[in-house]
Amino acid sequence: MRFGVVVFPGSNCDHDCHYVIGSVLGQDVDYVWHGSTDVAGFDCLVLPGGFAYGDYLRTGAVARFSPVMKAVEKHAAAGGLVIGICNGFQILLEAGLLPGAIMRNVGLKFICRFVDVRVETTSTPWTSAASQGQVLRIPIAHNEGNYQVPPEVLEEMKRKGQVVFRYCSPEGSVLPEFNPNGATESIAGVCNAEGNVLGMMPHPERASEAELGSADGMVIWKSLLAHCGV
Amino acid sequence: MARAKVYITLKEGILDPQGKTVLRALKSLGYDEVGDVRVGKYMVLELDGDDKARLEERLGEMTEQLLANPIIEDYQMEVEI
Repeated sequence: MRFGVVVFPGSNCDHDCHYVIGSVLGQDVDYVWHGSTDVAGFDCLVLPGGFAYGDYLRTGAVARFSPVMKAVEKHAAAGGLVIGICNGFQILLEAGLLPGAIMRNVGLKFICRFVDVRVETTSTPWTSAASQGQVLRIPIAHNEGNYQVPPEVLEEMKRKGQVVFRYCSPEGSVLPEFNPNGATESIAGVCNAEGNVLGMMPHPERASEAELGSADGMVIWKSLLAHCGV
Repeated sequence: MARAKVYITLKEGILDPQGKTVLRALKSLGYDEVGDVRVGKYMVLELDGDDKARLEERLGEMTEQLLANPIIEDYQMEVEI
């Protein structure tokens, strides 16, 4: 399987993603500079975390107009796999590839710590190897993770199974006290209606080896490989 | 040369964490008359041209496409020739 890790000016999780895909998963992986307009040959594109364009104006607002994004949109429209992590998720939202928008954390603080998220659906390429309701311990690191979406859009998303992860207690209960940023209905990750585009605030690439405190993020990568028959 | 002003605020009904924090700070300073605070953005643009209607139309496009996120934000704008 061939992965492309998109590098925007200000990306800072690109090397972590590259390392996990190449060295931990043993898959082909290349960087794709944001000025590139060609993503042919990649099975999965990764929009990594960071602070693309300094987060100026709104997170992801400027990055979504990078030349590479037209190619990412075409790739997604053709059914190609796209995962946006943290800042990458924010870029996918601004680009309209996923529904909703991200606002500043309710507590106005940058939060960098492990959280627990519950797998809400296993019917996506990203969660097929997980079990329904499985709790994953994965870190977040963001100042803007407060996911907002109009109620009528959210209802449609729920009908179509687009809510993929919710913040929860270690036992898997979705409760307000385990919502770190004020996100609507504790949502931590969503996909498009087709399921091939995923955005999530937690960083699975930082939780893919037990030595780093958790390997729970591996279930997302393993799901993806299984989906692609690797 | 024209001058444009764009005011962007979070939509009604969307919780404004910064506004709430400023409201609490004002209350703690004794400004009890303050009922609510919404924090927004104010942008000033210099535009070439003197056709006000045309500039307003272009500014509307700029705001919808980049300056504001219509999912969470409302905006007002003014063009002065």
